[in-house]
Amino acid sequence: MSCKAAFIYSEQFQTYQFNPDHPFNQLRVAMTKDLLEKTGVLDTSQIVKPRLATEQELLLVHDKNYVNAVKKASNGTLSTAEGLPYGLGTEDTPMFTNMHQASSLLVGGTLTAVDQVLEGNVAHALNLGGGLHHGFKRKASGFCIYNDGAIAIKYIREKYNLRVLYVDTDAHHGDGVQSVFYDDPNVCTLSIHETGRYLFPGTGNANERGIKQGYGYSFNVPIDAFTEDESFLEVYQTALEEIAAYFQPDVIITQNGADAHCYDPLTHLSSTMATYEFIPKLAHEIAHTYCEGRWVALGGGGYDIWRVVPRAWSQIWSTMQQQQILTGNLPNEWIKKWHGSSPVTLPTTWHDDKTIYHPIPRKKEIEEKNRNVLDHALKFARNKQHFNLDHS
Amino acid sequence: MLVSDIMKTNVITLSPEATIAEALKLLNDHHIRHIPIVDQQNKVIGIVSDRDVRDASPSIFTNQKESETLHHQIQTIMSHPVVTIHPLDFVEEIAAIFYEEEFACLPVTRENKLIGIVTEKDMLYTLIQLTGTHVQSSQIEIKVPDQIGILPEVMAVLGKRKVNITSVLLYPNYKDPQYKIVVVRIQTMNPLPTIKDLRAANFEVLWPNLSMETDV
Repeated sequence: MSCKAAFIYSEQFQTYQFNPDHPFNQLRVAMTKDLLEKTGVLDTSQIVKPRLATEQELLLVHDKNYVNAVKKASNGTLSTAEGLPYGLGTEDTPMFTNMHQASSLLVGGTLTAVDQVLEGNVAHALNLGGGLHHGFKRKASGFCIYNDGAIAIKYIREKYNLRVLYVDTDAHHGDGVQSVFYDDPNVCTLSIHETGRYLFPGTGNANERGIKQGYGYSFNVPIDAFTEDESFLEVYQTALEEIAAYFQPDVIITQNGADAHCYDPLTHLSSTMATYEFIPKLAHEIAHTYCEGRWVALGGGGYDIWRVVPRAWSQIWSTMQQQQILTGNLPNEWIKKWHGSSPVTLPTTWHDDKTIYHPIPRKKEIEEKNRNVLDHALKFARNKQHFNLDHS
Repeated sequence: MLVSDIMKTNVITLSPEATIAEALKLLNDHHIRHIPIVDQQNKVIGIVSDRDVRDASPSIFTNQKESETLHHQIQTIMSHPVVTIHPLDFVEEIAAIFYEEEFACLPVTRENKLIGIVTEKDMLYTLIQLTGTHVQSSQIEIKVPDQIGILPEVMAVLGKRKVNITSVLLYPNYKDPQYKIVVVRIQTMNPLPTIKDLRAANFEVLWPNLSMETDV
């Protein structure tokens, strides 16, 4: 089987940069594209240029005052005092020149991906510049200004009237997207993330299930620090399969943050590349089982941009485009091109060896705890399944 | 923090002449566990809990639908006198009452009139809010020597960066009484620069600490 897929890309993604020392670095998107090209799986004909999101589209999710504040910050006329209530000018989301345009382009990229898929040009589309899931209605946070995923879902609801399943495997809770659709029964959100006990943003408890009409359509599986591949994937597979069966989506949007890897400096999980090989594989299967293939994948977090993100994100494209993961050695030309700029030694193979982290002594306990949390999170979907079976 | 900051002011009450059946209905309809009984001047003269009402209800094993007992007046089963609290009482004092006594609800009165209610659940909720976990943040745990002036030193390090502090907790370190643990929640997704600053200032950061696992 071969599916048509679109790779949304522009050099201009690099303009979304807070400052040179900031951990959020879009160079990872350029590095991923380069890796895919040098591997020979990305052709120019598959690349689609992103458009800019219109202000109208930003307002699908964001408050007018907030957008105005971002615009002012963009040309340097927003004062510190004016910025702080909107989360602008903090350590996480400092102001920078042209931040409105840069952020609108990431949103436009995700909307381009949506249109590519829903107008039937391709089955799957990938916008690695997007996935900024911490953006709130009137607040920037966690390196995110505009929430492209949430805007895209609103856009799908209004323009195409489809039921959307949003799956977020970033190591941080997808709080911004969840908050926008917390009361919406036509949008189901699933976030699997490191427990908020220590990690930002702290939310994403299993008992956050939605409110009003949307009750039972928000799912959260907070997993323990030091969770490894097997447990991460057990949680992911069980949750995604059961929730897809329960919700019966028309289209799937995945947020593919690659910061659950043991190398990631900001989180405390112990995944390896095995996790990032399986995540797109199952998303692809689910998209074909329930959505006639309709799948939009986005980027997200990922702060080891040298050893982790390019490899992890390449597997999404490879899965979309040729339904198999890349194995063996990385192309030498890619390593040659980037090793000079990298502060760490670049990997030479697609797969990770298990020895890249120390054995986790509490492994069994962590697996048991994650299983308990998973059962708790899925309780509602399981009950509803029984209910539907009994009454159909 | 004062009782008036955490009390609920929308209190559901009954008169002493109301029936047990009415009480049962109120408890079920409003998902509450306690009903203060007030006289015509809104003075608290008794209180009933869901357990009191259940004790007076017929067993689920009897098939009596309309039991005689449910028509009794509520004052026949209410507890009294009632321990009440004042809106200016400290929340910490109320916590002590809950810990020592067998009940889980305290009516708040001013000049002998009912003006609010605090339950054990409200207390727990307040406690959770105080730890700051409901606000976007990252947690850092620091082990500090128990000595004068140490907290300002820690805070001075945190104050160097544009990071909002959501909450600060300071508690004794039972394993090593010469030290205390400071738990700070800061509003950032990237606590690394702050942690680096803390380590540079010779503070021992207990979490995040990735080498911890191998030390167990």
